[in-house]
Amino acid sequence: MSVKPSMAANQPGAPGEQVGGLARLPKTPTGIHGLDEVTGGGLPRGRPTLVCGPAGCGKTLLAMEFLVRGIVEFDEPGVFVTFEESADDLIANVASLGFDLRRYEADGHLVIDHVSLVGGEMEETGDWDLDGLFLRLGAAIDAVGAQRVVLDTIETLFGAFSDTATLRSELRRLFAWLKGRGVTAVITGERGDGTLTRHGIEEYVSDCVIVLDHRVTEQTSTRRLRILKYRGSLHGTNEYPFLIGEAGISVLPVTSPGLLNTVSTQRVSTGVARLDAMLGGGGFYRGSTVLVSGTAGTGKSTLAAQFCNAACSRGERAMYFAFEESQAEILRNMASVGIDLRRWVDAGLLRFQCFRPSLLGLEAHLFAVQKFVTEFDPTVVVKDPASDLFRVGTVADVSAMLARQVDFLKAKGVTSLFTSLSTFGDPTHAGEQVASLVDTWLVVKTMEGNGEHNRILSVLKSRGMAHSNQIREFLLTGQGIELADVYVGPEGVLTGSARQAQEAKERSDGAAWQEDLEQRRVNLERRRESVEAEVADLWREFENEADIVGRLLSHGSTGVEDRAGQRAEQGRLRRADPDEPASMARISDIQIGGK
Amino acid sequence: MNATVSPDTPIPEGKELWYLRLYVAGQSPRSLHALANLKRLCDEYLAGHYEIEVIDLIESPSLARGDDILAIPTLVRRLPEPLRRIIGDLSNTERVLVGLRLLPAPLQ
Repeated sequence: MSVKPSMAANQPGAPGEQVGGLARLPKTPTGIHGLDEVTGGGLPRGRPTLVCGPAGCGKTLLAMEFLVRGIVEFDEPGVFVTFEESADDLIANVASLGFDLRRYEADGHLVIDHVSLVGGEMEETGDWDLDGLFLRLGAAIDAVGAQRVVLDTIETLFGAFSDTATLRSELRRLFAWLKGRGVTAVITGERGDGTLTRHGIEEYVSDCVIVLDHRVTEQTSTRRLRILKYRGSLHGTNEYPFLIGEAGISVLPVTSPGLLNTVSTQRVSTGVARLDAMLGGGGFYRGSTVLVSGTAGTGKSTLAAQFCNAACSRGERAMYFAFEESQAEILRNMASVGIDLRRWVDAGLLRFQCFRPSLLGLEAHLFAVQKFVTEFDPTVVVKDPASDLFRVGTVADVSAMLARQVDFLKAKGVTSLFTSLSTFGDPTHAGEQVASLVDTWLVVKTMEGNGEHNRILSVLKSRGMAHSNQIREFLLTGQGIELADVYVGPEGVLTGSARQAQEAKERSDGAAWQEDLEQRRVNLERRRESVEAEVADLWREFENEADIVGRLLSHGSTGVEDRAGQRAEQGRLRRADPDEPASMARISDIQIGGK
Repeated sequence: MNATVSPDTPIPEGKELWYLRLYVAGQSPRSLHALANLKRLCDEYLAGHYEIEVIDLIESPSLARGDDILAIPTLVRRLPEPLRRIIGDLSNTERVLVGLRLLPAPLQ
């Protein structure tokens, strides 16, 4: 990766920054989106840069944008010397990008000099040099105080002069002269057979070489840019895809090579309360990336729609990228499961972007998504199904594109949900390519049993949260998605009618138990009544007896005192010891029942 | 050095005017050499019906755009039409004559 020096060091007019006692190479920012990132700040200031590539790769446009950005953004006037297209053609060609070259010319910021080489080769009658071109260029530079110069495409001179030895030495002199003038120059060249440029002018322009390419893989064209050489500077060495969009060139470096996104602990509801609970309560983390993978017809889109619905219900904006269905189809289909998305579309909270991914190349797709998201600024983005992108490019390309997209969305704090269609078999397969990119991975699949297919959902992974390890049955009801417990029995997980049968059985078992318990309660009550009756009888018996005894005691003298008198009389007769006084007051001493 | 060299006498009967424009850069030896060669050739082949205009691009660089001048020296045949351009110091007489169509082009 490129090491990006501080931009401040590369501002126009800024002297080379002192780094460890060494002056850093001063650079001229191009202002072209992404190019300054991969070049570490721009093109070498005051030196020529070669931009080469095959026909139609965007050389002229890149060179022109370099000039226009210089004029508009950095207040650096420019000179464009065109050897091929006429000034009028050039002006017309870039007008669609919003570059008003005539105005810049009228304002004295731009000179377009068309060097016409019609008439073919000129008769050479002796020694010559290119002083005419030098003087012309010098006059143009002086006229506007140009700091940027483009020569497009200087190699066409080889078609006009037969004495190539002289021409080569003159070109060498020209580049040295440009350096001497201190202008930052872009020289374009068409790619030759086995060489960077047809006539090998890379030999003379050696400070910075940028190679553009235009390749078609699997019927999709991708433009790429590579910094082949940058003397005295670190630079990105990869091939970077670039696009020619409505606002000019966009080079797409990996947006956050350093993974420095700020993270949020805030949760975003999935729109399904039970699923929020499965994710440890609250739902996904804001700004995280969610993958929902599953086979066809498992309700991935419905889950995505409910997620959008929940976001819109909170008053947030959601954007839905649909690659297989139209907006009308989605609205109709979701209404059938009770998710009314139309009201959010009408309220301006939900926006659909429906297109086939094959319509655009991968890079254009990435660019389009970034553009739409930047414009609408949603908090929630759905791509349904993201797996369609794998039809557009190779797995490696798509994964790289998705990685950049994830970085982009994370950097914006957008919670994104990608669905992924897997073919029959392992439903986790389709997600493999993107699995490591996502924070939360939900799998929905169908289970066959009891002559029916039932949907189940599980959380395969969810970074940073204590998520449930349970499988839930996933039901599409008239009120959206509901999750139900599944039963795990000896024959595995029970879903659908088997689950309902199990639930019914449990309900009936419960009823029987209730009945049984009630019966026992009644029995116990009866028993209590009989016990209490018995106890009451005993007490009655006891009280009768006590009553009798009490009566006897109150009439006292008759029985006991007679017997004591008789014993005393007998004692007297038998000369016995005097008896202890009788203590018969205690009731316990009374023998009950005549014993 | 911008100057015009015109014939002193009227154009002879049956001859057309040759109007030639020579672009040079200052008083460089190559420029002076070219002008000398041109005058010699004109006197020899176009006596009495030629006119030479010398344009010094160091003095007026903006004029380079008019005739699309890159190389120095460049000789432009303005008249007779069509316009023709040849470059170099005009030291190769045969090539100058061919370039100005004073001689037929050699068969390739």
